[in-house]
Amino acid sequence: MIRVILPAHLRALARVDGEVRLDVAGRVTQCAVLDALEARYPMLRGTIRDHRSGKRRAFVRFFACEQDLSHEPPEAPLPEAVASGAEPYLIVGAMAGG
Amino acid sequence: MSGVRVLVGTRKGAFVLSADGRRDKWDVSGPHFAGWEIYHVKGSPADPDRLYASQTSGWFGQVIQRSDDGGGTWAPVGNEFSYDGTPGTHLWYDGTPHPWEFARVWHLEPALDDPETVYAGVEDAGLFRSTDGGQHWQELPGLRGHDSGPSWQPGAGGMCLHTIILDPSSPGRIFAAISAAGAFRSDDAGQTWRPVNRGLHSEGIPDPSAEVGHCVHRIAMHPSRPSVLYMQKHWDVMRSDDAGETWREVSGDLPTDFGFPIDVHAHEPETVYVVPITSDSHHFPPDGKLRVYRSRTGGDEWEPLTRGLPQEHCYVNVLRDAMAVDSLEDCGIYFGTTGGQVYASADAGDTWEPIVRDLPAVLSVEVQTLP
Repeated sequence: MIRVILPAHLRALARVDGEVRLDVAGRVTQCAVLDALEARYPMLRGTIRDHRSGKRRAFVRFFACEQDLSHEPPEAPLPEAVASGAEPYLIVGAMAGG
Repeated sequence: MSGVRVLVGTRKGAFVLSADGRRDKWDVSGPHFAGWEIYHVKGSPADPDRLYASQTSGWFGQVIQRSDDGGGTWAPVGNEFSYDGTPGTHLWYDGTPHPWEFARVWHLEPALDDPETVYAGVEDAGLFRSTDGGQHWQELPGLRGHDSGPSWQPGAGGMCLHTIILDPSSPGRIFAAISAAGAFRSDDAGQTWRPVNRGLHSEGIPDPSAEVGHCVHRIAMHPSRPSVLYMQKHWDVMRSDDAGETWREVSGDLPTDFGFPIDVHAHEPETVYVVPITSDSHHFPPDGKLRVYRSRTGGDEWEPLTRGLPQEHCYVNVLRDAMAVDSLEDCGIYFGTTGGQVYASADAGDTWEPIVRDLPAVLSVEVQTLP
């Protein structure tokens, strides 16, 4: 079970409290996790990744295990701790503005 | 008794303000979608319980929300706005070619006769339509594909399609306005378009009387006179009596003819409202006095409306989509400011009262008249 932490605005949009827990079949990659997240919560499509290009939105970053994974290839495997559920995958909105 | 529902979009959420026909006691609901920019909220003329809202943020992009119970509850619908084909380029502020890129939905215009059909005006300027209640959006590419498209440039707020007017007398006729390309008209339900800017004069563009390139801020039409249009431009208040074919200036005795919104009395097609703003450098009212101006002659002669509005130290702005009228017998006028106030007049502008004073900056105001 993959644990995902959403930023506050996307928790509100998806109407979730706390962490999201997802089943991801196959290799646990950023792309696979985001695909599973958007399949469960279709209203999140386009809010994390651009609809057309699939690229991460500029003011959103991805973290796990205290590492910034934003520039890692989407198909690269996530750390084992994320795949095992020991550590969450964080989707973080920029702090700037308000 | 009849009532009104005022739909307010702000920089940090949407608010629904409701009252009965007396319009003196208000219920305030919100913020809905707290923390997001709500560019526009509008109800369907065909079903007053069907509302659409444009919810957007620089972080997370665009969401469209829909209510089926008059704003009590909401659910997100489709948010994919993909330009038809390869979008090409328009001009950037520096005159260089710039790719057409979707930024946000500025304006939602539900169809007059079908709650499932709604148009969206977007930035970078384009017109979209949904026919399934907002689940899916298709571009009507004829507007962006006009020959002049590659020469369009943005206004300071972005190259936005901010005004959509559906002609009730002619189902295929649609007016649209873009900052800073100008006004356009379609007579075939949005398939093809042509600029309707003849008579507009804009100092500061290479050809002040060009076919396109004018920064139109807003257009208003009274449904009983669909050939008569009023326009608030980046300087000048204009009027057309031939469905946009030609325009003439009706700024008349306004203290300044710069401003953003314009609207028409619900029962008096020659009664028009504007909010004069000092200049394009100073986006606040002249002399610190917030004044709505009303013409009862379709322009040229204007009177200030001040009772109940601050007449000193007031430096707010009123944005282009932030004024609306109800259709109760005593026509009500409403507008919202960048200072977070929403003012209402239950007597066509003679007197005003704030409904709320301390909202986030108001981006848009619409009002529904309820049976």
